[in-house]
Amino acid sequence: MADQQTELVAPGDTILYLDGVSVSFDGFKALNALSFYVAAGELRAIIGPNGAGKTTMMDVITGKTKPDEGMVLFKTHTDLTRLDETRIANLGIGRKFQKPTVFENHTVFENLELALAGDRRALTALLARLSGEDRDRISEVLEIISLTEMRQQAAGELSHGQKQWLEIGMLLMQDPELLLVDEPAAGMTDSETAQTAEMLKGIAKSHSVVVVEHDMDFVRSLESRVTVLHEGAVLAEGSLENVQNNERVIEVYLGR
Amino acid sequence: MIANTTGPVTALVMGSRGARITMALLLGAAILVPALNLLLPETSVFHVPNYLVSLMGKYLCFALLALSVDLIWGYCGILSLGHGAFFSLGGYAMGMYLMRQIGDRGVYGNPELPDFMVFLNWQELPWYWYGFDNFAFAMVMVLVVPGLLAFVFGWFAFRSRVTGVYLSIISQAMTFALLLAFFRNDMGFGGNNGLTDFKEILGFDLTSNAVRAALFASSALAVAFGYLLCRFIVTSKYGRVLVAVRDSESRTRFLGYRVEHYKLLAFTVSAVLAGIAGALYVPQVGIINPSEFSPANSIEIVIWVAVGGRGYLHGAILGAIVVNYAKTYFTGALPEVWLFMLGGLFIATTLFLPKGIVGLMEKMKKKPPAKPAAEHGLTQGAGD
Repeated sequence: MADQQTELVAPGDTILYLDGVSVSFDGFKALNALSFYVAAGELRAIIGPNGAGKTTMMDVITGKTKPDEGMVLFKTHTDLTRLDETRIANLGIGRKFQKPTVFENHTVFENLELALAGDRRALTALLARLSGEDRDRISEVLEIISLTEMRQQAAGELSHGQKQWLEIGMLLMQDPELLLVDEPAAGMTDSETAQTAEMLKGIAKSHSVVVVEHDMDFVRSLESRVTVLHEGAVLAEGSLENVQNNERVIEVYLGR
Repeated sequence: MIANTTGPVTALVMGSRGARITMALLLGAAILVPALNLLLPETSVFHVPNYLVSLMGKYLCFALLALSVDLIWGYCGILSLGHGAFFSLGGYAMGMYLMRQIGDRGVYGNPELPDFMVFLNWQELPWYWYGFDNFAFAMVMVLVVPGLLAFVFGWFAFRSRVTGVYLSIISQAMTFALLLAFFRNDMGFGGNNGLTDFKEILGFDLTSNAVRAALFASSALAVAFGYLLCRFIVTSKYGRVLVAVRDSESRTRFLGYRVEHYKLLAFTVSAVLAGIAGALYVPQVGIINPSEFSPANSIEIVIWVAVGGRGYLHGAILGAIVVNYAKTYFTGALPEVWLFMLGGLFIATTLFLPKGIVGLMEKMKKKPPAKPAAEHGLTQGAGD
């Protein structure tokens, strides 16, 4: 481990750098020496068949799963594999889950309030009050995610698509430098999917975003660089056209 | 809006109908019950008999205890099955003070040692009894001992991410361990018999009507204080994070919250409230012994909260009073069926009233909800 660290220093403008990351569950290699990097400010799509290790990769980056080997560097100098979820979140990495996980008993507004960047300490929270600025920020995000009308509704009452948006809104409130977005278009209608793609492209203007997605039309609409995962490692990387013409990709994934 | 024009306490009370009614009832009882007991002649129809004052005072202590459990179970999802331990420790701290107040009026007439120590042939007071002849010190211990135990217990449990049923089991083990420890004579807390034969509190005769009425009023005020404190906690941003932890602990972590700190604070506050309840309980029933630590007691508290309405602060108070009233009545009228009734009550509540009595009342008050998704033109997603 020690010599690896001195050996590998990520290039200056990378925000996320994975090197030789392996994770196995009961002998099954979910990630197999996975290495790739994301440049600061980049919007990156990650695709791959079921079981390719996409979610496990997210788990490793956000501290939910500790890798058996390898390292994950955030902004070239912080090794994420040593930190827990809370620390990683506070460093500036936000995550949207595959299944929308919003706080169902809280209102839409409260969900955003909880995600709002700021002091997270328990004692401070006892006396915390929203400033006018905070309220403006929440209103702004409510506009972006088209949920202004539903601000006082319990999040549990929202439709599936709206929950996905609320979760994206929560990411925006967190204002992380790097957003990890797991299948944002799952279970959405075509028009919702298109709107979501626009949302993410807007967000990517000021943040680094990594999107894991199955839906090829959605990935196309992101117009971003694409990384294809297969059996826990990178199979191909490049523009979507490029990747789609790659023979190995066609073989394992696109099945054409 | 109210918060800006009036004080924060007023806002806590006036903010919800439940809070207004709860506070009015508690403060009303604190004044009316002692007045009707002390000022009216016993022949009056409105006279509150002495036994009833003590009985209701006891219910109020249980109400505060239920409130403390509701704070962590209802709002943070921590199902403690060992809260009786914090209640008992508060009770023992008060009991130790009351023992010291006996002075040389014990059976053995020893001015230095409580009766049970003389009986055990002890020569001097153990060090941990020092200071308990001072009321203020004893009251600080009422808060500190349960609070410290909860802090240490919670520190290890929450940091190791012990949750759900595992936490319930170790909390149960904690109270059981204390039960066994306090049974031992050489612990110095009176062993099997516990602490009893109290005479005075602050120099006033414990058996006098005025003292009993004052203890009742103190209990009502303590419940009112506990209620306001819990309401302050659950209506703050801290409270919203607590509920977030209850509903989705890992999601809260990914938002950057130190979940264990939030749990630890709530757990400690809850234990302190339970300790206060115990301290008020002991002078009103006149005894504290190790059976108060018994695991069944702790489970019973959870039933009170479930019946009243988990996640509603006034539900916890209501549940404690209703179930204990039923207990008083049925253990008198049909003693052999009470435990079956209690078990049946819990099962029935879990099956048919998941939000307890208060939840049922809320449901009956609300009109059937309008269909939400229809008007905003978004189709329900297929989901997984």
